[in-house]
This record gives sequence, C-alpha cells and structure tokens, in this order.
Amino acid sequence: MTALEFTVVVWGLSALAGFLGALTGLGGGVVVVPALTLALGVDIKYAIGASLVSVIATSSGAAAAYVREGFSNIRIGMFLEIATTVGAIAGAYLAGRVSTHALAVIFGLVLIHAAYSSLTNSGERAHAVQSDKLGTLLRLGGDYPVDGRRETYGVRNVGAGFGMMFGAGALSGLLGIGSGAVKVLAMDRAMEIPFKVSTTTSNFMIGVTAAASAGLYLSRGYIDPRVAMPVMLGVLVGALLGTKVLVRAQVRTLRLVFGVVILALAIEMIVNGFLGKV
Amino acid sequence: MDDKRLENLIGQLLRAGVLLSAGLVTVGGIFYLLRNHAARPDFHNFVKGGPQITTVHGILLSAAHLDSQGWMQLGLILLILTPVARVAMAVVGFALEKDRLYTVVSLIVLTILALSLTHAG
Repeated sequence: MTALEFTVVVWGLSALAGFLGALTGLGGGVVVVPALTLALGVDIKYAIGASLVSVIATSSGAAAAYVREGFSNIRIGMFLEIATTVGAIAGAYLAGRVSTHALAVIFGLVLIHAAYSSLTNSGERAHAVQSDKLGTLLRLGGDYPVDGRRETYGVRNVGAGFGMMFGAGALSGLLGIGSGAVKVLAMDRAMEIPFKVSTTTSNFMIGVTAAASAGLYLSRGYIDPRVAMPVMLGVLVGALLGTKVLVRAQVRTLRLVFGVVILALAIEMIVNGFLGKV
Repeated sequence: MDDKRLENLIGQLLRAGVLLSAGLVTVGGIFYLLRNHAARPDFHNFVKGGPQITTVHGILLSAAHLDSQGWMQLGLILLILTPVARVAMAVVGFALEKDRLYTVVSLIVLTILALSLTHAG
C-alpha cells in the first residue's frame, strides 16, 4: 500500500470509528485500534499511539459543548484525575514491557466489557441524594438539569471510585484508549452519581488522563505522525458529525449494532493475540 | 467569575487549541503526501523513529526546517498540551474563587502531568 492509499483508508476508517464512538458514547479508540491492527496489519504500538492522540482531540474538542449543557462536575473530575493520571503513567510504563500479543488479548477483554456495557446499558438509574462523609468533606455533590429545573445529588463510596479510576487510567495508558466505559462505571455504579453527570464528567477526564501517558508514548515513538495524522483528523471529523446526528438517531438500535460489532472485534483480537498474529 | 462562566471560557479556548492543532497537522500532512505519496512505508513491525519525532527538541528543530513530519508532530504536541492547559486554567479559576481545597487538588494533577511530560520528552 502506498502512503497516499494508507492515509486515505486510515482516514476513512477513523472517521467511521469517531462517528460511531460519538453516537454510542464509547469513544473512537475502541474501534480504531482493532481496525488498524486487524484490517491493515499495523503494529499495535503505532495503533495505540495514534488512538491516544485522537482521544485527546475528541475530549478537548467537545469540552465547550458539554459545559454548555451544565451536566459535568469539575470538582469530581479534578479530584478523580489524581487517580487516573497516576494510573495512566503506570499503564504507559507497562505498555513498553508487555508483549504485543498480550496487549492484543487485554485489548480484546476490554472490548468485551465495552460491548457488554453497550448492550445492557439502561441509562438513568436511582442515584444518591445525600453525600456520605468523605463526599461531603470533599464537597463533591452538585446539581444538574432535569426537565428544566436543577436537581441536587450526592456522592458516595469515594474510596472505591478512586480505586477504580486508577484502574481506568492504567487501561488508558496501556491501550491508548479513553476507557470512558470504566470511568462511567466507577462514577455511576460505585459512587452513585447520576448517569448524565457521569458520562459528561468522564468525557472531561478522558483528555487529561490521556495527556498523562502521551509523554511516554511520544518518547517511545508510539506516536508516528504518518499514522497519527489520518487517525486524528478522521476521528475528529467523525466525532463532530456524530454529535450533530446524535439528537435524531435511534440510540438504542445503534448501541445494539455497535455492541455486536465490538464483540466480534474483541473475539478476533483475542484469537489473533493468542495465535501471535497481532 | 463563577464555575459556569469559567468552564465556558475554558471550553472555547480548548476548541481553539484543537482547531489550531488540526490545522498544523493538516498542512504538514498535505506536504508529507505531496512528497511521499508513492512511498511504501512499513507499519507492520514497530521501529522507533528518530529524535525528529520522539523528542520535543528534535520536533521543534525539524518543524523549523519546514519538515512535514515535524509540522504534523508539532500539531500533535499542541494537542497533547490542551488538557494540560485546561488543568492549569482550573488552578487559576479555583484560586480566584478562593477554594483552597480544589486549588491544591488541581495543582496536584498539574504537577503529575508536568512530571510525566518533562521526564518522558
């Protein structure tokens, strides 16, 4: 494949990944990495480097839109970023020591979780009204718009959430993804924060988490501009289109289709990892 | 300035940073393709690139020499700095609100980011 063909194909795949990632809220990274490694045979190290860069682009690019809606909670995000950034550095450090086959298998397992959360996601659940002791001490509670008025919420189980965030950061640094699904899990399930607040705060955190491992990725050469250029530009365009369409889309059906696609990619990733093909 | 207005301003600045970065990457990409469109780069096996794409000093040098890969990489570094700028602005914002706890929290995050970026690059 010539450089021109490679750029065009990767740009197209990345635009599709960014589009689907924005529609489903899972981010583009979970599709970009398997697409590059499985379809084009790109070494997974180039793939995760390019993916990490695209993750930062979508998180920073969408920040203005999310702020306007008034869902994200900057205090929760900032406090938990202490855990995600330290985790991301640990993960990025590990990425250089783990074999590419092992990386592929781990990636596949994370994809299975993403598929599971995409297929079973029920959206809004009951959330905490009162913060517990630590949540109150850290002033993590807040309010968010529900049907035109502001509803207050509390934050609980801060320790458990903090620990899970370290894990989310480690996965992000290890695999070059935003690991938004794990971040939402920590906030929505463990800390009992409303789903909408969890997803938008997660988006805010993803870019900062990814930036923490970007330095190591750069110095190791994972971020090669010949691969990262079409991935970043493609994902950015796809994500912009995705957020525009989001309002009108049949999100339920989409999540179902996306979940099945990701599950197939997960199995292929794991099999290829074990066979040593990735 | 309240939380909401501050966050709005930060959001706008971040988007400007992303657009500027995408612009640099696009210009670098066009020049890269004009010169190398028929090349057959091998990405099947990872080979670490030279300092012109792996160190900040090297990237700045190659961008100054109008090297297309240097330009793309410069755009990507700018992109990596956007979340860092976001945290830095949060430090200032919380300090202006006289929120001591969260000024310290965001300073910790900023320090972690600064350490990870300077020690790696």
